[in-house]
Amino acid sequence: MLCDECRQRPAVVHITKIVNNVRSEVHLCEKCAQGREEFAEASFGFPKLIASLFDWGPAVPGVRRDVQCESCGLTQQDFRRLGQLGCPACYEGFAPQLEPLLRRLHGGARHRGKVPGPEGKGIKIRRELESLRRQLQEAIGREEYELAAKLRDEIRDLEGQLG
Amino acid sequence: MSFRTIINRDGSQWMKGAGPEQDVVIGSRIRLARNIRGIPFPGAASHEDRAKVLEMVKGATALAKNLGQIEFVRLEEVSPLDRRLLVERHLISPQLAAQEKDRAVILRDDEAVSIMVNEEDHIRIQVLFPGMQLMDAWEMCSRLDDLYSEQLDFAFSPDLGYLTACPTNLGTGLRASVMLHLPGMTITDQIRRMLTAMGSFGLVVRGLYGEGTEVVGNIYQLSNQVTLGPSEEEIISHLENITRQIIAQEREAREALRQRGDIEDRLYRSYGILAHARSISSHEAMELLSDVRLGIDMGLFKGLAPTILQELLVLIRPAHLQKMVGRKMDAGERDRQRAALIRERIRTLHD
Repeated sequence: MLCDECRQRPAVVHITKIVNNVRSEVHLCEKCAQGREEFAEASFGFPKLIASLFDWGPAVPGVRRDVQCESCGLTQQDFRRLGQLGCPACYEGFAPQLEPLLRRLHGGARHRGKVPGPEGKGIKIRRELESLRRQLQEAIGREEYELAAKLRDEIRDLEGQLG
Repeated sequence: MSFRTIINRDGSQWMKGAGPEQDVVIGSRIRLARNIRGIPFPGAASHEDRAKVLEMVKGATALAKNLGQIEFVRLEEVSPLDRRLLVERHLISPQLAAQEKDRAVILRDDEAVSIMVNEEDHIRIQVLFPGMQLMDAWEMCSRLDDLYSEQLDFAFSPDLGYLTACPTNLGTGLRASVMLHLPGMTITDQIRRMLTAMGSFGLVVRGLYGEGTEVVGNIYQLSNQVTLGPSEEEIISHLENITRQIIAQEREAREALRQRGDIEDRLYRSYGILAHARSISSHEAMELLSDVRLGIDMGLFKGLAPTILQELLVLIRPAHLQKMVGRKMDAGERDRQRAALIRERIRTLHD
């Protein structure tokens, strides 16, 4: 069978459409099929890829599960369609569902980069404290007491800054 | 300097500049995504919300000091042709150009800085420098971010970092990219191996105009994939290290080509076509310009500036050609206009 459109290449894609009970068939080659709108929807686009990593929870027959963001009203369905979240609060509202997606995308990591404004200062100090406390334990383990004393003073200093 | 002057002048400023490692690295770009706490992301926001963001960013821009000579431009006030011109200059994304309502761009007069408002995220700050200048671009971008964060409350979580519309930008909200010209590795057939290796280093390769665009003129865009976990400096120095490896390999490939001896003929032929063609498609022009640029880097075509590649890459695009002539042209007319422009440029610079 030849392609209905170009009449040159063999038809490999067969579409059956039923619109208002009227049935129609189209047979296309691979090339002509690529340009068809019918396939735009079915293509494996980026938003779909993102949404497919989202945890939809076990399907329970008869129960429509649709978690909704309390802040902006975005539903799971919306997320599936957009491949994007609705508002900053969605990250809290959908936290359990987003968890596997974030693990896949970013390896389950925590943010260690830049932090904004005044809130940032406290976070920076807490991160520094975490790292210094680890170094202190290591120094004690190696019996490097001089270094340990220095680290202890630094930790006190920073704790003072946190208030 | 007004938006009119920026849009009407001859090509993009940053592309005329020189930078380190410019024989391989055409440009370095840093982009930061930021959103305002308590307001839906632009894709899900109402007209009122988006208008509010626009006003907030406009207000913050007016209050921020040391931004330099900048212009706040609402896209509604920009003609479709001029919007495409901005896309061709890499100052706004195709996505922003497609929806003019409640969108804006903030441009610095040297075009090194552009800030998109209400694209996928509320704010996207971009810094674009010629050559290999990732760290410098990052420092400038980060300073701009600081200026805005003094005025705006950015959505941020201690664990997830900056919150973005798409989870792929979460954390630092940082996309660092280098634009690379790799004719040597392409001709010597090493490019495929390099491209496959990039994925395992957490980097993505794209064409000149970003996501989903094809590679033409041997120009590749290399950027980081992961945005959450590593710090900004770690992301950038990782990209920088890999880029240095690629630069070394590309130079080796070019040296191998020089020793093979048959490359000169090809490059002179490409020059010949560009210097004499009466009609040329943008795709063919870019492939040939890549050859001419390689020739310049190898010491041929004395008198031609190396920046001819990146300048013409932008000037031969449809919107730029139509702007130059001052009217709409069909594809055939554009091909003739493009050929004429290239002939003139190659001659002017040759004298």
